Amino acid sequence: MDGVDFLLRQGELTGIIGPNGSGKTTLFNVITGIYRPDRGAVSLDGKEITGLPPEKIARRGIARTFQNIRLFRDLTVVDNVRIARHPHVRYGPVAALLRTDGFYREERRTREQVEEFLSIFSLQDRRKDLAKNLSYGEQRKLEIARALASRPKILLLDEPAAGMNPSEVVTLMEFILRIRERFSLTVLLIEHQMRLVMGICERLIVMDFGHVIARGLPAEIRRDSKVIEAYLGKRNYIDGKFN
Amino acid sequence: MTLLKNIAKAVLPFAVLSGLVQFLSVRDILNPYWVHIFQLACVVAISALGLNLIYGFTGLFSLGHAAFYGVGAYTAALLTKQYVGVYGDEAFFATGAVFLGSLLAGGVAAALLACLVGLPTLRLTSDYLGIATLGFGVIMKVVFDNADSLIPQLGGARGMTGIPRLTGVPWAVAALVAAILVIRNLVHSSYGRALIAIREDEIASAAIGIDTFRYKLIGFTAGCAFAGVAGGLYAHLYAFLHPSTFDFLKSFDVLMIVVLGGLGNLTGTLVASFAWVFLLEGMRVALPPEYIEFRWVLIPLLLIVTMLVRPRGLFGFREFPLLRSKVYR
Amino acid sequence: MVYGIVRLINFAHGDVFMVGAFLAFYSIEKLHLPLPAVFALAAGGSAFLAVVIERVAYRPLRNAPKIAALITAIGVSLFLEYFTALHQVFGPNYYAFPRPFQVVSREIGGITVTNIQWIILLATLASLGALQYVVYRTKVGRGMRAVSHDHVTAGLMGVNVDAVIAFTFGLGAALAGVGGVLYGIAYPQINTFMGVMPGLKAFTAAVLGGIGSIPGAVLGALIMGLTETMTTAYLSSIYRDGIAFVLLIAVLLWKPTGILGKTRTEKV
Repeated sequence: MDGVDFLLRQGELTGIIGPNGSGKTTLFNVITGIYRPDRGAVSLDGKEITGLPPEKIARRGIARTFQNIRLFRDLTVVDNVRIARHPHVRYGPVAALLRTDGFYREERRTREQVEEFLSIFSLQDRRKDLAKNLSYGEQRKLEIARALASRPKILLLDEPAAGMNPSEVVTLMEFILRIRERFSLTVLLIEHQMRLVMGICERLIVMDFGHVIARGLPAEIRRDSKVIEAYLGKRNYIDGKFN
Repeated sequence: MTLLKNIAKAVLPFAVLSGLVQFLSVRDILNPYWVHIFQLACVVAISALGLNLIYGFTGLFSLGHAAFYGVGAYTAALLTKQYVGVYGDEAFFATGAVFLGSLLAGGVAAALLACLVGLPTLRLTSDYLGIATLGFGVIMKVVFDNADSLIPQLGGARGMTGIPRLTGVPWAVAALVAAILVIRNLVHSSYGRALIAIREDEIASAAIGIDTFRYKLIGFTAGCAFAGVAGGLYAHLYAFLHPSTFDFLKSFDVLMIVVLGGLGNLTGTLVASFAWVFLLEGMRVALPPEYIEFRWVLIPLLLIVTMLVRPRGLFGFREFPLLRSKVYR
Repeated sequence: MVYGIVRLINFAHGDVFMVGAFLAFYSIEKLHLPLPAVFALAAGGSAFLAVVIERVAYRPLRNAPKIAALITAIGVSLFLEYFTALHQVFGPNYYAFPRPFQVVSREIGGITVTNIQWIILLATLASLGALQYVVYRTKVGRGMRAVSHDHVTAGLMGVNVDAVIAFTFGLGAALAGVGGVLYGIAYPQINTFMGVMPGLKAFTAAVLGGIGSIPGAVLGALIMGLTETMTTAYLSSIYRDGIAFVLLIAVLLWKPTGILGKTRTEKV
């Protein structure tokens, strides 16, 4: 990546688009601390987070999903979501060892929270199934559920609609809008499916070969010649018509 | 109130099992040799539970477990040699206290060493961690062989003798019950789930806010502490220590037990530990003298066959009722 | 090489080395075979043994959790050691290895070198050259490299994965067998547990030099050997076994995949 800079305002739903290999996931990895940039800085709420380890960044309120779905495949749906509650758990290891009342109370509270999450995502009937046995679409939902269970301020979605058919994409679009509302999130998503991007993103950032080549409202972006060139190449487009 | 209830629930199995074995031994129904083997099985089970925590639950491929077992053994033995008898042979409680103290010291020594080793090596990926811990095990064997040049009482390659035979059925059983409770309560809690998450996918675990390195270190240290305590019990069971007991091949033994029982499965570890010890000893008794060495031919064959038939271990994912999670699953 | 392709730490490697040495022992002592035949028998016998082991014990577990194959490897190793140690087979005692030729030493520029050391050096270089050739310039080698990346896709692309893996084990074992013969000539005492330490050190040297790199394995072995010998000479022989592993840990901390190792980055 080179010269990528932008500002994300609270509550915004922003999309990052661009051809494959343009650095979109790398951008996510830099934001979430998996890669450390050679130059430049990432700040959250005015405080710099560049170079912090991923777990610290996650605890500051940035959650993400992965392009290749990284669920805990051999664990149940419940456990996948429950583990995300761990940083917020209100008992220490000693209480767990001694099985105090506080321990049981907190475990019950966690269970109730997890149940609530699962019903928001309509996954409650699958609660005891292993994550690897879920359908692809359900796995994507579970990954988002797990990300949300850590109560983030910002949610990074990496190609949430990958592999979905058009009607599933529509459901996903409504879903993202709903959860943004309900959990007061700021959402940044990478996506190739233009219907979703144009449908719900308030703002777009376009990347190509590691640079930001355009930014602005979706309507502007779809007409931007640099963007079209990046996706389709130069010579096939003249005067709004394809050659 | 819950705390008292919990303590009562812990004491019960200890009292039952320990009492049963004592009764049978006193009434000469159980041969003292087998009682001795039973205690060894308890010790091996404690060590294996530790390795299961490290490898089965946290996913850290450690091939140096015997080294920590040895550190615990030598530390505990050194302390009791110094301090037991100081209060006189009749001082029952004093001796018991010293023994307990030295067992805990063995555990702490193993834990400290584990921290030292873990800090640099836990960043390595699985197979490399295995080789590094294996190497550490070899290094520790060399240390044990030459320890007498620093502390003569440790005996070095000649072996350490004169250790008071303090391990008895109550101690072995109490330690095992305690170990089972600790690991079960830890594993079926949010902390245990964090370890399991790290085993499943480190990057995803970090992405949801779990400090993977810290937890790996804690899991590793705790598991090695188990080995240290087990080592201390072993030292006072056989009253003699020799470095060859703690070489890397012994690390393979405990690894085989844990895998055979099922990684991440407590029931499996317990059953496999007892089966391993009793099978080895049983064969020593059952086989005619010329064929004694067939033990070590049959055991590996059994191992190979078990792995081919049940690659996930004997128990896979099923646990005894007492060991299953009482917390909402 | 085997690890690079199947990601299995073959604990039985050292024992195949031992079998090579024993085969050589019998072919010299009892069959009075000429030297080239001795090497051929040792290499061939070891290779055959390894192929059988792979077929019976490792292949069925190729899709099982990796640890199952590893534990099986340990089982095979123990079985080979203890089975051959039975009185009915070779027995647990040491045997004096009959040297097929006189060991002469010569002084070159103040350093004493023996002819067996020259032979070992030449054999090592020849093996290095031959392996590099096989892996990088033959069809089988291409298959090996493909399988090391992704054995499922390699199979779909027409590579006979089973044959390639069997060949790899066989080749690796043949080298181990030759190593066993050379070891027997150099240190003429053999016993059924002689492979334990060399097997462990062989794998350690491979890791030190970089898994997946054949020159790396040679480099690693060289460094380890030199370190051990110098430690014995300048410090004390009691540190000998340990120093190699101190070195290994130090190298792994600096370069987690070994000196010449290729880092396999995971796509996040």
